[in-house]
Amino acid sequence: MADSRVNVPAECRRGEPFEVRISIRHAMETGYRTDAVGKTIPRDVIRRFTCRYNGDPVFAVRMTQGIAANPYLRFFVTARESGTLDFEWIDDEGLRGTAQATVNVS
Amino acid sequence: MRPSLPPERNARRQLLRGAAALALAAPLAGLASRAAAQTLPDLPALTALLGGRVPRWDRLRLEMPLFADNGQAVPIHLAMAGPFAPGPTVQAIHLFSERNPVPDMVVFEFPTPPLKVEIDSRVRLAGAQRVIAIAVMSDGATFAARADVEVTIAGCLDAS
Repeated sequence: MADSRVNVPAECRRGEPFEVRISIRHAMETGYRTDAVGKTIPRDVIRRFTCRYNGDPVFAVRMTQGIAANPYLRFFVTARESGTLDFEWIDDEGLRGTAQATVNVS
Repeated sequence: MRPSLPPERNARRQLLRGAAALALAAPLAGLASRAAAQTLPDLPALTALLGGRVPRWDRLRLEMPLFADNGQAVPIHLAMAGPFAPGPTVQAIHLFSERNPVPDMVVFEFPTPPLKVEIDSRVRLAGAQRVIAIAVMSDGATFAARADVEVTIAGCLDAS
């Protein structure tokens, strides 16, 4: 786990929204599938995703098995000052994943 | 004047005319059904979220492909027209599915009032259905949008 790809623009203008794209490698196991011997594979999906901008939460997602495997998100954050975007997510097994991106505001 | 056509040519002509009329009528019928179908599906989670509020059907936009070959990953595009601040801003956008085992699929939250609301992601769909998006504003107002999707191979089912 903890495998992801983040994309933010190289430079952002102060006060303007910029695009953030993240894709996380996660099976998002629905809990409806069975294995080869007919045993149910327990659900394991990312429950919560948060994005912080210099510590302040700016975007969050509550997910269920309705989100496709390897969740992809594209959203917009308003540029304030240079700093970091911190992404964090946690799944049913309690596994936590993180990612970080640098924001350059001009 | 043209000489009269042999009967088989005439029949073909009428067929073409009929097809043209159908092609014209189809979008009109689509419009009518869109106007009539602004009712919300009877989902407990959706009813609970609205709590008696009646959402408006403008501003919020939900775009999904008309035909999703594979229900395991169907792209969604959500957008809401601004401006927001200093007026009411978006707090959350909920996505509801009519046929999935978990009807309240996902909630996008905005802890900080956003300047631009545009979200893309991918969802799972268990068969052809209507997907509803509900945006909840900071003043309690709600906006709704819908998308109808045909799904060829359903996602989130049993072992497949």
